[in-house]
Amino acid sequence: MTTATDSLSTDHTKAVADGSHTHGVGPLPEASRASRPTSFDVADFPVPNGREEEWRFSPIDRLAPLFAGASDGVLSGHGVLTTVVEAPEVKVEIVDRGDARLGTAGTPGDRTAAVAWASYPRATVVTIPKEAVASEVTSIRVEGVEGGAQALEPSATHLLVHAEALSQAVVVIDHVGHAALTETVEIVADEGAHLTVVSVHDWAEGSVHATSHRLRIGRDATVKHIAVTLGGDVVRITPDAEFVGEGATVKMLGLYFADAGQHQEQRLFVDHAVPNCVSRVTYKGALQGEGAHTVWVGDVLIRAAAEGTDTYELNRNLVLSDGARADSVPNLEIETGLIEGAGHASATGRFDDEQLFYLRARGIPETDARRLVVRGFFAELIHEIGVPSVEERLIGAIERELEKSMSVLDGTADAHVEGSEVGLTTDGA
Amino acid sequence: MSTLEIRDLHVSVETKEGPKAILRGVDLTIASGETHAIMGPNGSGKSTLAYSLAGHPKYQVTSGTVTLDGEDVLALSVDARARAGLFLAMQYPVEVPGVSVSNFLRTAKTAIDGQAPPLRSWVKDVRKAMDDLRMDPAFAERSVNEGFSGGEKKRHEILQMELLKPKFAILDETDSGLDVDALRVVSEGVNRVKENPDVGVLLITHYTRILRYITPDFVHVFVDGKVAEEGGPELADRLENEGYDRFLSTATTIV
Repeated sequence: MTTATDSLSTDHTKAVADGSHTHGVGPLPEASRASRPTSFDVADFPVPNGREEEWRFSPIDRLAPLFAGASDGVLSGHGVLTTVVEAPEVKVEIVDRGDARLGTAGTPGDRTAAVAWASYPRATVVTIPKEAVASEVTSIRVEGVEGGAQALEPSATHLLVHAEALSQAVVVIDHVGHAALTETVEIVADEGAHLTVVSVHDWAEGSVHATSHRLRIGRDATVKHIAVTLGGDVVRITPDAEFVGEGATVKMLGLYFADAGQHQEQRLFVDHAVPNCVSRVTYKGALQGEGAHTVWVGDVLIRAAAEGTDTYELNRNLVLSDGARADSVPNLEIETGLIEGAGHASATGRFDDEQLFYLRARGIPETDARRLVVRGFFAELIHEIGVPSVEERLIGAIERELEKSMSVLDGTADAHVEGSEVGLTTDGA
Repeated sequence: MSTLEIRDLHVSVETKEGPKAILRGVDLTIASGETHAIMGPNGSGKSTLAYSLAGHPKYQVTSGTVTLDGEDVLALSVDARARAGLFLAMQYPVEVPGVSVSNFLRTAKTAIDGQAPPLRSWVKDVRKAMDDLRMDPAFAERSVNEGFSGGEKKRHEILQMELLKPKFAILDETDSGLDVDALRVVSEGVNRVKENPDVGVLLITHYTRILRYITPDFVHVFVDGKVAEEGGPELADRLENEGYDRFLSTATTIV
């Protein structure tokens, strides 16, 4: 009955300008996140072997179908069906490859993203017209339409959500069914737009999913990006946010709950390239069961031009049982000292026996006490989403996760936090 | 009318050097309507007694018995002890992020009573109890103990005691660290609970100060893991004048 918590927190508000201020410690250290190759050409990304910085935590063998190694980086499957129920103010189109609006937000940064770009047959474009205020949530359903595990056809999809100037909308993307899918989600917010995008990954068992979310955020725009990962064997999500105009804000929230054998990976990159933008990243995860593995890597780059930047990123993991592993790596690079604030924190802990004792000493049975603690762990994050229908669904989903395997919750587990502790005492070193 | 009976209780804690005996044969009988003060120097085992009665896993009962109206308390789980009527007001209440005070109180009340309290009267009861303890209503929406001041934590403990209505309340150094105003508020809360003749109180304290606000029927002096002396309220007065030195020197001689 021991409690172990690794807790890290740094405040970089007063950090000095330093071009190589990164805390990442990997087998292949990079000079800067900015120097990582990006390309629309899949040939620029060899099939990963697992030793690359961006793949070192990933189960390469299970993701192999999405690398398209045997077909020159192009997938031809038709394993998913995309359906959109849009708000009346919102426009939906199915467009062919080559539509000029596609590929404007960022550039693929890894093999699966490049395969997705090389492979999608047609794309779904969701447009919130200039100054339109969507009166309802726009729901996009990405559904795996194949039956058994044997029939899985690796597939690719492309989705663009474009909020034009001064528009306002909430878009929820649901990933369900059984699929092997590499996906691109482009999120473009023009000047002054207010856009919330929720992406829920609740695949059936046996599914493998890689998704590149690329956000381009214009002047004075506010984007809330929420990634929820619950179901699927392997889900790897790489949200890249790029500011292209001053005065913009991005809030990136994530919630994940890994059960036995599941691999859930989230790698974020916030690129502060222009002045006076704000970014807030908060990801929280719970793990339970043998082989449950979560990865959170949060890269923030404040370029020399990005004066007045205000950024903070946080990752918290709650390890509920033996045999689960959480990796958490916050990285912060600061190239200018003229910023409002920059910080990050990462903490991975086991179930707190003292919390359980306190609740049980008030008559609350152990199972209920554990549920209260887990619910509490996620509550604040869920309330930040601001979309009541999504919040209710997520609370329900967490209840179901707890229902599923509360009985296996006991003992301790590995908890790994790495990277940032190196930089804590050697600021700028 | 209930009785909590502690007989020849021996308790040890696990340390790096192996188990260490803390309680070495405690005998104590508390009946409903009685208030017992347990006093003693630091390290005498007062808090160990409190946590052992509540069932904290850190403490191992090596021998002895604890019964509540004849029922074996030591055989019950932590939560079952609370449902049987034991309440421990903790010296260091634990933060539970994301769980609101109101949700926590309702969940605990439901667990203790075996059914959810009727909503209307419950809301009224909570409001009244908070009012009595001079707690702002906004308090109910805060996360349990998170960011609470020392005084707020202790008031929150007393609030729970008033609402959960235990048969026996154990207060573990509830007075420690409180200023006089907070001590008065907390003491009033304990005295309200004491008015109920069906409740017994075990008041654990290092200082005699709280006994000016809460009058004990019995005072027990704890030294070296057992009761060294017992008496009425006058024993507390004597301790106030003489301190624990008398007992400590005795203990030292024995060692």
